[in-house]
Amino acid sequence: MVASQSLTAGAIAANFDTARPTVSKHLQILTECELLEQEYNGREVYYHVNPKKMKELADFIEAFRKLWDDRFNKLESVMKKYKAKK
Amino acid sequence: MERKTKIHAEDGKQELTITREFDLPLELLFTAYVEPEIVEQWMGTKVLKLENKKHGGYQFVTTDPKGNKHGFNGTIHEFVPNQKITRTFEMENSSFGVQLEFLEFEKLTEDTSKLNMHVIYRSVAVRDELLKLPFAQGINMAHNRIEDILSKLK
Repeated sequence: MVASQSLTAGAIAANFDTARPTVSKHLQILTECELLEQEYNGREVYYHVNPKKMKELADFIEAFRKLWDDRFNKLESVMKKYKAKK
Repeated sequence: MERKTKIHAEDGKQELTITREFDLPLELLFTAYVEPEIVEQWMGTKVLKLENKKHGGYQFVTTDPKGNKHGFNGTIHEFVPNQKITRTFEMENSSFGVQLEFLEFEKLTEDTSKLNMHVIYRSVAVRDELLKLPFAQGINMAHNRIEDILSKLK
């Protein structure tokens, strides 16, 4: 949601079944780890995604995924040869 | 490029799942986890011990490009051929502690199968550290390579 536009906490909360204070708490946590950025417009705070940070997290997991993917690719090719030999 | 291996790691949880579908019959997939000589080939490790049975123990050792040895060990809690392996896994000499792994093997068709690995770590922090490890190691390797190249230019 906040990837396509900046939204206020109230606007965000309206989309979920979660209580407003809980949504605020989540927004605070996301802002602390820099996944969301805040912008003040008068008295309202608008939230939007920090694309750089989202990409960083995705990068971490991608390296982990690739490690396993490489192993599994090797497993598959080793077993295909094994199958052919039998 | 198809991304065959899928990782599911929710924020704030101390577990993750790794799933992968294989172009292999179930029995062959399971064999790959059970035969020491085969495990060595795809895991890139040396198998010191692998007791495929309930209460069995296992021990692997991997040598990194710098020649350092890293040990891994665990015990098997549950072993059902072509179905599941439940075991503990620990990286020796690390602060990560032991993790619990549920490996489930599933037949999809005569020639294809699926592995679902559910791993539970001691804490959210440990899981997140381990998730970042391959990335950090990659950066490390890149830095070392840069250093090597630069020192040769001097």
